[in-house]
Amino acid sequence: MNPVHKKIPVLIHNGKPVCESLIIVQYIDEVWKDKAPLLPSDPYQRAQARFWADFIDKKLYDAGRKIWTTKGEEQEAAKKEYIEILKVLEELGDKPYFMGERLGFLDIALITFYSWFHAYETLGSFSIEAECPKLISWAKRCMQKESVSKSLADPKKLCEFLVEMKKRLGVE
Amino acid sequence: MSQVTVLGAWPSPYVYRVIWALKLKGVDYDYVEEDVLHNKSDRLLKYNPVHKKVPVLVHAGKPIAESAVILEYIEETWPQNPLLPKDPHQRALARFWIKFGEDKSAALFGFFMTEGEQQEKATKEGQEQLRILEEQGLGEKKFFGGDEIGMADLEFGWLAWWLDVMSEIAGVKVIDAESFPRLHAWIQRFKDIPAIKEPLPDRSAMLTYFKGRRATFLALAKS
Repeated sequence: MNPVHKKIPVLIHNGKPVCESLIIVQYIDEVWKDKAPLLPSDPYQRAQARFWADFIDKKLYDAGRKIWTTKGEEQEAAKKEYIEILKVLEELGDKPYFMGERLGFLDIALITFYSWFHAYETLGSFSIEAECPKLISWAKRCMQKESVSKSLADPKKLCEFLVEMKKRLGVE
Repeated sequence: MSQVTVLGAWPSPYVYRVIWALKLKGVDYDYVEEDVLHNKSDRLLKYNPVHKKVPVLVHAGKPIAESAVILEYIEETWPQNPLLPKDPHQRALARFWIKFGEDKSAALFGFFMTEGEQQEKATKEGQEQLRILEEQGLGEKKFFGGDEIGMADLEFGWLAWWLDVMSEIAGVKVIDAESFPRLHAWIQRFKDIPAIKEPLPDRSAMLTYFKGRRATFLALAKS
């Protein structure tokens, strides 16, 4: 179903595959367009949502990975970088969700990283909430929705997973 | 003075994606050249504080950055001469190949940033990705977009003009008619479209500019 990248997620709809998570989210938004629109309707707002989702994808995963695969000075730098990225996102607005009153595309792009915060905090010995309280209250707001809380991975399990990965990769 | 301004740099294929999209849709725009290598303007830093790069599209005073994001904005704001298909699955495919082009750019440009054995290896890696692109992205279609040019064609537009210059400078043949017949045919078709051909930068100016870039990359690699 994904011969090019051989990766997940893949959405299969009526036998046809769609690959790359943000492309899948846009596909879902276009096919099931009558319910809970994920992208705003205004083209400029849509561009902002896409820009920041791209920013998250470009920066956050790699920065997070550095936290659990390094130690000492390198790890300190990684933690600083991670917090800086989150602070930029925190500044994006004062509304309940990123683009307004309803959970949408950009919230979806970021909330999935929330499950990893506990693991990074544990392995990096720092508190994300202390540095980015606004972001954490946004995350908790998202988690009040069952569609989010019931589908995200258990933060404790993710932490255990990373501890195991560290051993396997020989990073202590 | 038009409502649309493009901040760009003449050698950048990313900038051309935006220019081509606007020309294909018949949208008037003002163009502003930015000296991105040596002297980024206050205007650029104001309009793209996050990445500080071109292209930036400014429409009615509001800036948009990142060429893929700009293309989607152009498509939604000026729907004439559509660059994306109507069918959601086809749209997802077009977006997939655009992202492929972005994700694989290090592999695709590797031949230009290296020399000797490293360059041989990098060229092979780039060609592997181009093989995937040719067989699975383009297939038997006239354009990536189907019978008509689309957003994915613009993403790979650099293959039609920049690749040849870069290959000449780097001294490697990346694509030719025998090894990549379908991509090669697509390149000829793409270059023939007036809106594509007309704004292309001067080839000898490109040779000079990219020779300098290659020298810089190789020097950086050595240090």
